[in-house]
Amino acid sequence: MRDAGEPPVDPKGGAAFDLELRLLLEAVYVRYQHDFRHYAKASLRRRVRQAMVRFDCPTVSRLQERVLHDPDAFAAMLQYFTVQVSEMFRDPAYFSAIREKVVPVLATYPFVKIWVAGCSYGEEALSFAIVLHEEGLLERTLIYATDINPEALRVAQAGVYALDRIAGFSTAYLAAGGKSSLADYYSAAYGNAVFDRRLRAQVAYSDHSLATDNVFSEVELVSCRNVLIYFDRDLQSRAIGLFHDALPQRGFLGIGSKESLRFSAHGEAFEEFARAERIYRKR
Amino acid sequence: MSAGAKVDAVVMGGSAGGLEAVATLLQALPEPFVPAVLVVLHIPAERPSLLAELFAQRCRLPVREALDKEHLEGGTVYVAPADYHLLVEDRHTLALSREAPVLFSRPSIDVLFESAAEAFGDCLTAIVVSGANEDGARGLAAVREAGGRAWVQSPSEAYAAAMPAAAIERAGADLVAPIRDIAERLMHLRTGRVVAI
Repeated sequence: MRDAGEPPVDPKGGAAFDLELRLLLEAVYVRYQHDFRHYAKASLRRRVRQAMVRFDCPTVSRLQERVLHDPDAFAAMLQYFTVQVSEMFRDPAYFSAIREKVVPVLATYPFVKIWVAGCSYGEEALSFAIVLHEEGLLERTLIYATDINPEALRVAQAGVYALDRIAGFSTAYLAAGGKSSLADYYSAAYGNAVFDRRLRAQVAYSDHSLATDNVFSEVELVSCRNVLIYFDRDLQSRAIGLFHDALPQRGFLGIGSKESLRFSAHGEAFEEFARAERIYRKR
Repeated sequence: MSAGAKVDAVVMGGSAGGLEAVATLLQALPEPFVPAVLVVLHIPAERPSLLAELFAQRCRLPVREALDKEHLEGGTVYVAPADYHLLVEDRHTLALSREAPVLFSRPSIDVLFESAAEAFGDCLTAIVVSGANEDGARGLAAVREAGGRAWVQSPSEAYAAAMPAAAIERAGADLVAPIRDIAERLMHLRTGRVVAI
């Protein structure tokens, strides 16, 4: 019945669990330079409990031992530290606002750079590429799609998605104001949809951590949706600080529909541009 | 259970038939009401939830759809948005997540209850109302394990009995009663302290 096996929560053991979790995160940081120490605790606890089942470890300390001594186990553990959920044209109203309100501004620039931060399996970067293609802007755009998860980047780069997800993507594409049919952008083969390589040619996929890396380029638009929810307030502030530094004055920032800049140290540095769609502009 | 038990948060969850039950509970809340109130109802993922607006019309307290990392305030009702899990990050902060659905549900009652149990311990009352699956049962067990109180709508009264019945079966309960009795009890819920010292 349960989608993923987890041991039951033991609130009385909470203090010991939290201590062990802290030690695990420190160990992972020192050993692998992946910094999850400021990830939001409540959901991280859940995912670590799921990993304990998967790796058959009765305690977090045992999980730590396994992860420290076995890089393959760490690679597998990355799937638990991060949440990889993404869809094409998720929240169609967001992409409508990008198309109708943001793209006309971007179109006035000779060259446009966009940063999809925490791109996961690449669906959102591909959605941007399609919108920009339909608006005649793709050829002079470079989209940076970054993530910390090499497996996710590998999938993103391939641009191949299971065909059974395409119906949902198509519906969202049309709701977002798509100008043709999503089928124009992929070919179906062996149960998969393989997206046109011309779309992906304008996307640079690379490894980047919002927790430990710095700004790598100036960009006119940052889209980082449903990534900040996995960070605590300190790490959210760091990430939003990076976006602030990467954007020129009047640059655009899009975040998830239930995320807010209000609780970050940089909230004041942005003004609302499309309120309901959570698109902001650097002051 | 003593009437004066300290409570800093009330969490409630339901599914089929749960909307009316939760609305009845929220309608009963007096102003001022010290605990924070957190609500998960199973709702369709595809469209924005209107629950907060709906409940606001029937509740004296402010009702809001939860935002990620929002400060938790007493006397305020927070409703999980469609297609996100609602979690309690610590005693002062809410969090959202798009992790996989649990028992086919996102938001999940178990996810809210388990995280609330860890954050609030014995300063928590959890209420399971009408619903057609077993979500909430495991969460309610965590709440009781942490010393919190578990109240469940009588399965015989509930529009869909499966959820309250599963909760009682798995977790047991401090109170099994018709919704109007739970509402009455909720009205008299007092809080001890807001922040543990």
